[in-house]
Amino acid sequence: MEVPILKQHHYLIATVQAALTDADLLHLRDALVQRVGKFRSRGVIVDVTALDVLDSFASRTLRDIAHMIRLRGADTVIVGIQPEVAFAMIQLGLNLEGVATALDLEEGLAFLNKQTESRTVQGRSA
Amino acid sequence: MKQIDQSRVQQLLVPQNGQPREGTPIGEPPRSRLSAVPKRIEMSIESDEIRVPIGSDVDIVKARQEGRRIAGDVGFSLTDLVLVATAISELARNIVRYARKGEIAIRPISNSAHRGIEIIARDEGPGIKDIEQVLQVGFSTSAGLGLGLPGVRRLMDEFEIQSKLEHGTTVVAKKWKS
Repeated sequence: MEVPILKQHHYLIATVQAALTDADLLHLRDALVQRVGKFRSRGVIVDVTALDVLDSFASRTLRDIAHMIRLRGADTVIVGIQPEVAFAMIQLGLNLEGVATALDLEEGLAFLNKQTESRTVQGRSA
Repeated sequence: MKQIDQSRVQQLLVPQNGQPREGTPIGEPPRSRLSAVPKRIEMSIESDEIRVPIGSDVDIVKARQEGRRIAGDVGFSLTDLVLVATAISELARNIVRYARKGEIAIRPISNSAHRGIEIIARDEGPGIKDIEQVLQVGFSTSAGLGLGLPGVRRLMDEFEIQSKLEHGTTVVAKKWKS
């Protein structure tokens, strides 16, 4: 199942709505990395609220997405990891190190606003 | 006919931090060591067993959804449902990645004190050369190194693995409802 990607001003919002296969996850990664350039987006939110499993492959792909988007000059935040999913992830030794996370969409947007603001300031002073 | 080199047949039974069960006091070695033909020691309700053939990433999703459903029927908590589904996901992915095809069998189990779920992941793939190693390497990393088996072991209460080079691997994992 393909993940819809919404463009919202300077941000892209990908809301996962059902269980994803590995192929779906890779497709999401490629689509986001492409579109962040196409729409000159400054930030990406991946909402995984609906996901009941975040296994090693999904975690790795989310991390890859965040790092690739970073290399493209934008920021990524993963939002909506459920408590049970978080528990299973740490049991598996997965912690999404180096990837920004936020409680929900609202917090994710607030994070990106802050992040892109400071980055713009840094960019100007450099 | 070629003789089976016993040294290449690796067996390991790993007791996990499961619930103390009747007849199995904590700290004592498990009752049965995995023999060549795994013995079913629980009361078996074969008709409840679901077998999901694994051949692609779509099957991984199917297997974990079936597992979650069966675990739900057993009465596991939401946290445990996620743990079981995640363990199945890892086991199914190992099959796709290393053996290309195999199957995941899932069934409710029970002993005198508890109900639970058993997951059997079978393949006829290349087998694992050093089981001890795959159970240790890469545990703390999220880099996707190793087979994710140490993770599965942590998610479940009981974990047994049997593998023979060029013949395949069978993992039996159980989780008991507390």
